[in-house]
Amino acid sequence: MAVTVSIPTILRTHTGGEKSVPAAGATVAEVIDHLEASHGGLKQRLVKDGVLHRFVNIYVNDEDVRFAGGLEAKVADGDNLTILPAVAGGAR
Amino acid sequence: MLQIRRDLVDAMVAHARRDHPDEACGVIAGPEGTDRPERFIPMLNAARSPTFYEFDSADLLKLYRDMDAHDEVPVVIYHSHTATEAYPSRTDAKIAAEPDAHYVLISTRDPHEHELRSFRIVDGLITEEPVEVVESYRFAHTGPDDFPEPSAL
Repeated sequence: MAVTVSIPTILRTHTGGEKSVPAAGATVAEVIDHLEASHGGLKQRLVKDGVLHRFVNIYVNDEDVRFAGGLEAKVADGDNLTILPAVAGGAR
Repeated sequence: MLQIRRDLVDAMVAHARRDHPDEACGVIAGPEGTDRPERFIPMLNAARSPTFYEFDSADLLKLYRDMDAHDEVPVVIYHSHTATEAYPSRTDAKIAAEPDAHYVLISTRDPHEHELRSFRIVDGLITEEPVEVVESYRFAHTGPDDFPEPSAL
């Protein structure tokens, strides 16, 4: 499935500054592996111990993949994936 | 340095007071490349906690799409500490992922006097910066080109 992935500012060092890159895959996990092949270093910013990093959000079109199976969320031809680091923090 | 209009400072502090004892959080968006905070966007703290804040993930997507549509970036990302100092915690520094943003911390630990400080957080490294509160951006810098013609006065 051919998709487009929006890359947040902080990860654009891995894409040569590009804010939007094409990718392919049938699931989010496959798309990430595909991205890693052409933009090395990206995967480890997104995936930790086999699951999506706690403070990284990935959306397929408008839906947070956490509600659609996480890394196993299905991806269709023409889908737009958006990666957004969480905005979060705490007192400690 | 963070240069920011007074009404925006007041809005952040009012938000922090309103949500106390939960941490308040939000963004002040500004035109990309200007480093000028202009549009105050308070956010819901999905964690609703006195010691943690997080933008709801759906709100986050909406926010970034909205800023994108206006060619804006998050110039200021603010949140409050309700029992500790207005300094980024280890968690704040670890999670911060907008290297160009000014991270504003407000402490509401004292019911009468708030603390407000600003920081850059890049690769987990915290650097404090001075905050200059201005009445308006137009007259914040004066120079020969900004001075009106005598006939216009």
